[in-house]
Amino acid sequence: MKEFEHDPLAVEQEEWKKRQWMERWKKLLTISSPILILVLWEFLSRTGLVDARFFPPPTEIIGTFFAMSASGELFQHIGISLFRIFAGFLLGVIPAIIIGLFMGLYSPIRHFLSPLIMALMPIPTLALLPIILILFGVGEVSKVVTIAGSVFFPVVINTVAGVINIDRIYLDVATNYGADRKSFFFKIALPGALPVMLEGIQMGQAIALLTIVAAEMMGANSGIGYLIWTSYKAFLLQEMFVGLVLISFFGYLFSLLLRGLQSKLLPWR
Amino acid sequence: MKISMDALTKVFYKKGQSVTALDGIDVGIEDGEFVCLLGPSGCGKTTLLRILAGLEKPSTGSFSIQESGRDRPLQSMVFQERGVIPWLTVKENVAFGLKMRHVPKAVVQERTAFYLEKVGLDKFAHLYPKELSGGMKQRVSIARAFANDPEILLMDEPFAALDEQNKFILQEELLSIWEETKKTVLFITHSIDEALLLSDRILLMSSQPGRVTEEISIDLPRPRTMEMVRADPKMTEHFVRIRNHLDREVEGSRT
Repeated sequence: MKEFEHDPLAVEQEEWKKRQWMERWKKLLTISSPILILVLWEFLSRTGLVDARFFPPPTEIIGTFFAMSASGELFQHIGISLFRIFAGFLLGVIPAIIIGLFMGLYSPIRHFLSPLIMALMPIPTLALLPIILILFGVGEVSKVVTIAGSVFFPVVINTVAGVINIDRIYLDVATNYGADRKSFFFKIALPGALPVMLEGIQMGQAIALLTIVAAEMMGANSGIGYLIWTSYKAFLLQEMFVGLVLISFFGYLFSLLLRGLQSKLLPWR
Repeated sequence: MKISMDALTKVFYKKGQSVTALDGIDVGIEDGEFVCLLGPSGCGKTTLLRILAGLEKPSTGSFSIQESGRDRPLQSMVFQERGVIPWLTVKENVAFGLKMRHVPKAVVQERTAFYLEKVGLDKFAHLYPKELSGGMKQRVSIARAFANDPEILLMDEPFAALDEQNKFILQEELLSIWEETKKTVLFITHSIDEALLLSDRILLMSSQPGRVTEEISIDLPRPRTMEMVRADPKMTEHFVRIRNHLDREVEGSRT
C-alpha cells in the first residue's frame, strides 16, 4: 500500500485525473476515424493497391479543388446550390411549422389533413420532378420547389408530434390563466413543440442535401450535383470527388449550425 | 357566500359504462374562508376542483363565484409542481396570468417582483425551472396564483410531491401569505395533518359516488404552527375521527 492511498482527497484526485484522461481519449477517437480513412486511402491509391484512376489520392483531390477554385467556376456551382437549398429549405420549413402547429392544436384540422400528408409522404419528391418541371418550368423555381417538397414532410410530422406530446398540465395552466388563442399558439404550442420540431428540421436539412444533388443531376445545368454528374460522364473523377467532398462538407456544417441553433433556442432544456 | 355549488354532479360515461364521480355537491364557502377537501383517492375531489377551475364541465348542477366588481379573474389554480412551465423563466411563470390578462406592464412588473420577493425567489427570477428544486418550483406556482389576484384560489394537492421538511416550510409560508391577503381558498389534500393545519373547515368526501358526507370546523387560533396542532387534544380527536372516516371509505371501496 502506498502512502497517499490513505488520503481520501488524493484518491479522488487520482480518479478525477483518470476521468479527464478518458475524456481526452474519446475526443481523440472522434477526430482519428476520418483521418485514418484518408491516410489509408492515400496509401492504397499511391501504392496502386486500388486503381488511382477510380480512387485518386486525397491530396490530389485537394489539388484539383484549388485548381478548380482558381477559375471561379466552382464557386458559381456552390453558390447556386446553396441558394437552392436555402430558398427551398425556407419554403418548406415555414409552411410546415404553421400547418403542423394548427394540426397539433386543433384535432379536426389534424384529422382532415393527416391522410393527405400520410399518402403524399412516401412519394419521393424526385419522382414528382417531371410534374414539377411542367408546372414551374426548367428555371430555379422548380429546383426550389423540389427541395421544399422534400423538407416539408419531416418538419410537419415532427411539429404535430411535438404539439401533441406537450404535457396536458401546461395546456390546463394556460386555460386556467385565461390564455387566448394567440397566446396558446405562441406561448405554449410553439415553444413546447420546438424540441421535437428541431429534430424534424435537422432531418429536413439532410434530406434537402440529398435532394438537391439528385435534382441537379437530373435537370439542371449548374450546381454541385450537375458538377458531379458531368465530371462523371467526362470521366473526370478527381472533379467528381471534389463535388462529393463538398456535399459531405456542407452536410456536416449544416448539422453543426443547427445543433448550435438548438442550444440557443432551447435554453430551458 | 363567495362560492356556492348547487347540486354539482359529474358522471363519466364511456361505452355503456358510467362512473358517478360527483353526486349532488351542495357546498357554500364564505368569503375569506380556507376550506380543505379531504377524501380517499378517486373520490372526485380533483374533478370538483377542475370544474371550479373551468377545466371540466359539470354534467348537471351549477356553481357561482361572487365577483367583487373589480378587474379580477374569478379563480386561479395552484397546480402541482409539474405545472410550472419549463420554457418560461421563474419571473415569466409568475407573471403568466397577468400577461394573459393583458394587465399594464408596470403593474405586471410590480406584482411579479412583490410575490417573487414574498416567496424568496427574487434572486432566481431569471433561472429556468430545470434549475430549481421541487420546493422552489412549488413556490413559483404559489406566487403565480397570488400575483394574479383572483377572487378565489384553488389548490390541487400542491405539496403532495414534496419531502416532509419542505412541506412544513411551504405550508407555513402559504399560511403567512394567505393571512395577509385573506383570499378564499379551496384546497385539496389527502394529508390529515395538512388539512388540520391549514383549514377553517374540512369537508370530508366519500368515494363513488363522490359526496360531501361530513364537515368539521377547525377553530384553532391563527397564526398556527404544526406544534399547536399536535399539542391540542381536540385536534387529536379530529385526527382520529377523520382517520376512521378514511379507513371506512377505503374499506368500503374494497368490498
